[in-house]
Amino acid sequence: MTEATHKDTPLVEVIDLSKYFSIGRKSELHAVDKVSFAIDKGKTLGIVGESGCGKSTLGRTILRLLEPTSGQILFEGEDITKYSKTRMRQLRRTMQIIFQDPYASLNPRKTVADIISQPLIVNNIFDSKDKLAERVAELMEIVGLATRLSDAYPHELDGGRRQRIGVARALALRPKFIVCDEPVSALDVSIQAQILNLLMDLQDDMGLTYMFITHDLSVVKHISDEICVMYLGQIVEKSSSRDLFKNPLHPYTQMLLSAILAPNLSRRKTKKGIVHGEVTSPIDPTPGCRFAPRCDYRMEICTKADPEFREVEPNHYVACYKVEQDLGLDSYISGNQNETGI
Amino acid sequence: MALAATKNNKSIALKRKGKLKEFWRRYKKNRSAMVGLVLLLFILFCAIFANVIADEDAVTRHNPEIRRQGPSAEHWFGTDIYGRDIYSRVIFGSRISLMIGVFSAALSLLLGGVLGAVAAYFGGWLDDIIMRIMDMLMSIPATLLALTLVAALGSSTTNLVIALALSNLPSFARLTRSSMLTVVDSDYVEAAKAYGARNGHVIFKEVMPNAMGPIIVQTTQSVSNMILTASSLSFLGVGVQAPAPEWGAMLAEAREFMRQFPYMIISPGIFIIITALSFNLVGDGFRDALDPRLKD
Repeated sequence: MTEATHKDTPLVEVIDLSKYFSIGRKSELHAVDKVSFAIDKGKTLGIVGESGCGKSTLGRTILRLLEPTSGQILFEGEDITKYSKTRMRQLRRTMQIIFQDPYASLNPRKTVADIISQPLIVNNIFDSKDKLAERVAELMEIVGLATRLSDAYPHELDGGRRQRIGVARALALRPKFIVCDEPVSALDVSIQAQILNLLMDLQDDMGLTYMFITHDLSVVKHISDEICVMYLGQIVEKSSSRDLFKNPLHPYTQMLLSAILAPNLSRRKTKKGIVHGEVTSPIDPTPGCRFAPRCDYRMEICTKADPEFREVEPNHYVACYKVEQDLGLDSYISGNQNETGI
Repeated sequence: MALAATKNNKSIALKRKGKLKEFWRRYKKNRSAMVGLVLLLFILFCAIFANVIADEDAVTRHNPEIRRQGPSAEHWFGTDIYGRDIYSRVIFGSRISLMIGVFSAALSLLLGGVLGAVAAYFGGWLDDIIMRIMDMLMSIPATLLALTLVAALGSSTTNLVIALALSNLPSFARLTRSSMLTVVDSDYVEAAKAYGARNGHVIFKEVMPNAMGPIIVQTTQSVSNMILTASSLSFLGVGVQAPAPEWGAMLAEAREFMRQFPYMIISPGIFIIITALSFNLVGDGFRDALDPRLKD
């Protein structure tokens, strides 16, 4: 994959990463299929896609909570896919995850202080209980939880406070990289903004790098530097956040964007490109563009061979024959040798 | 900041010491659990101080002159067909019955729990192998299995405990597996793996506490079940051997005379009921007191 102009090595780089789940005898579910991207230090990459497109699987595979089927994951330039269990455990301090559902991601039998201190205890960070308690109090303060809540159980708190616990737990080991797996989609809109602002403040203060997974375009626009649009396990478009919203190229992205309801009278009559049809099955996919069955601009070639994921404008990558045609790029008829991929 | 830290410091230290206290506070509030605890203590008292509150010689001493006598000041629960003092037999019987019930349930829980936990946590072929073996064991009726094992191992109380434990193994393994499966896939277990927790930590600190509710109940229930199965084995002649005062064996012995001399089955029967009830109530109480989500 061609790299855009980076000053130094990206913190996280993913090359042709795939995760297949075997189903039954011969079938395979292609949850993540040959995905490549890089995230620079201190930046946020947004991953957008509808439910079941493999975005959560992608996040978990990058942290090696799931073993990748193929491909490479480079963390600070080192391939971590071959790391042993012990080595991986050490690396886990630097990469953490924040979960979607703050009701399911906290052990209901532990108090707030217990939950936040677990990562520190497990990794033997402190030798004395006083220092541990001090750090827990500090973490609670950082995420905006009153320390008087340290003895409370998660079920006694509201969703926003619970998610703050999840954030504090992820921060406990001072990670460099955090996968945020839909961290606000289970929360009320007013609370969503609080948590998003908290995450952005933390990024500024600690120089964190985020991979922000969501299905909510307005959320991702708010927080991301770059955005990848995922469809059925593949990235169909990637560009800077600003560029994507101004100039969406892939038909799927266009449909997603037009589905955002704008509080604007003049837009009442604009056509809403509702995505019709159903998501095709990710089990043993046939060659060709996976969005083709639902696409308004479908051409003959779309169902024959995979479109190439290519840079069509500076730092704007798309995998679509229609875009290639529109922009007058040459390869869309002739060169498609990459249909081998299963 | 410093103030917050010291304040929090205090509360965390308190929490560490306070877990037992907190448990007891919650347990106390549950009235039926307290009744169960009192009954359990009563049975334990009988078992521990049997030689103080009853006469050990009277357990096996045959006394044809006073056989089949109803309750009296001298023989509180009456005498049986050989003229033995039923009170002494019931009290000393609590030692045998409790030992059989508790040890076989504990052994069953230990083995079944470990097998079920391994099957649930690691899954895959290990899960298949363990659970298929459990299915095989389950296809043999528990009593028949225990009977065969005792016949093979020879009849002694230890072998009886082993046989009872093995015959109950599959149900423990299955229950542990299924209650752990609901927890193993949860996000907080994944979070623990993500911050680098080892398997042991994940199983014992994250999964077990959340999966143990049904297991506690099953264990306490199986204590009473084991006592009953042991008595039916005694009845078949492979359990506790004849002169030993096992409650089930006493019931079996007195069964023939139930019409004429009902007192003979009432006292061992009541002790079985008290024991079973107390374990069940205490088990339920434990489960509820350990779950912070329940209102207190």
